[in-house]
Amino acid sequence: MTATPLVVLEDVNKHFGQLHVLKDIQLSVQSGEVVVVIGPSGSGKSTLCRTINRLETIDNGRIMLDGKELPAEGRGLAKLRSDVGMVFQSFNLFSHKTVLQNVTLGPIKVLKKGRAEAEKRGMELLDRVQIADQANKYPAQLSGGQQQRVAIARALAMNPKVLMFDEPTSALDPEMVQEVLDVMIDLATEGMTMVVVTHEMGFARRAAHRVVFMADGEIVEEATPDEFFTNPQKQRAKDFLSKILSH
Amino acid sequence: MEAFFANFDLVINGFSWTVRLTLLSALGSFLLGLVLTAMRVSPVPLMRGIATTYVETVRNTPLTLVLLFCGLGLSSALGFTFTENVEWDVFWFAVIGLSAYTACFVSESLRSGINTIPLGQIEAARSIGLTFGQNLQLILLPQALRAVIGPLGSVLIALTKNTTIASAAGLGVIEASAQMKQMFDKGIAPVIPTFIGFAIGFLVLTLPMGFFFSWLARRMAVAR
Repeated sequence: MTATPLVVLEDVNKHFGQLHVLKDIQLSVQSGEVVVVIGPSGSGKSTLCRTINRLETIDNGRIMLDGKELPAEGRGLAKLRSDVGMVFQSFNLFSHKTVLQNVTLGPIKVLKKGRAEAEKRGMELLDRVQIADQANKYPAQLSGGQQQRVAIARALAMNPKVLMFDEPTSALDPEMVQEVLDVMIDLATEGMTMVVVTHEMGFARRAAHRVVFMADGEIVEEATPDEFFTNPQKQRAKDFLSKILSH
Repeated sequence: MEAFFANFDLVINGFSWTVRLTLLSALGSFLLGLVLTAMRVSPVPLMRGIATTYVETVRNTPLTLVLLFCGLGLSSALGFTFTENVEWDVFWFAVIGLSAYTACFVSESLRSGINTIPLGQIEAARSIGLTFGQNLQLILLPQALRAVIGPLGSVLIALTKNTTIASAAGLGVIEASAQMKQMFDKGIAPVIPTFIGFAIGFLVLTLPMGFFFSWLARRMAVAR
């Protein structure tokens, strides 16, 4: 791990109307680190994830990527967003484009690569998420698990510095969760920097370097998965774990 | 019907102007409608304000008034001209008026089409670094257009029939309805058969449009 963190959040606050959804968030993510964010619904973990590529604005505080503060808008912001890959709960593939077109759109239009080069790389990525045989289908023809793997390939095609996952398996049928988690574990093993909001405790134990537990808009506890799951320090974390691990 | 067919060249000439008015106004209103739609979904509040004001003002003004404004206001009072040829000059003013008016309905259709696209796709487009313009061009408009092919067909049919208002509003384009009135004025056509003949003429134009747009809408539908 390098000395300068890749992603830094300093004193980040955000309100939705009266609701204080992010309270003085301090978080830094090292290059190559896999951080899993867990916590009850409404704790602000998805919002946290979305602020990092500015799909949500923040009220105050600073968010820095690779030492540079996030630009507010315009082309600088578009460029920054392409450095932060995003995988959504609901996949969000472009429904009027084929699987391969979904993956090559960003490289061609944003990174200005040639079509042939983008398609070659796109097929490699689809192969990596084991869906190359579906390259010419449309998203509606694929299962949820397949769509989510395409979404991961689409994010990877931009060569992002960090990948954000916002509950990537929450909308999937149970038998499709594993195929997506397998891809994510592979990425983690290969040294991809990842921030993962998830309820998959198995994934957190296996792939995370660090677990961040959030509740009511605050980061309550940060620890290695081993420490967190076996010996949580804060009462709020103990309550949460007892509810999800008891059955 | 014989008297109607005896003047068939006049009828054809009338409808040829109807078709020209329709095609050019369709093109004009589509382009202006695209621009208005882009402005209405843009992140710049001033753009949204201008486009919304335009659409709400023009679509709530009777088309007769819009065309009268083009004829009396722009042409007579302010003295704008397109060409020395009077026949074509009034034609272009009619195209301007019809396009300005119909663009509002094109824009409203497109905007409802954009509203059918899940917000998540727009966020996904942003998250791979597409700018607003790219997002509009590559993600929003292609899907919105496909979703509103049917409604756009209705707008085109309405436009075809609205071309008859140009002459009623004093723009002397001799399109089909103006031609029909001239034939009555000259006493060269029996009333009832001529009415029926012209009505059928409009059906010949608009029915295929309806069928074509329904077919196209089915063919281009985006599966979700």
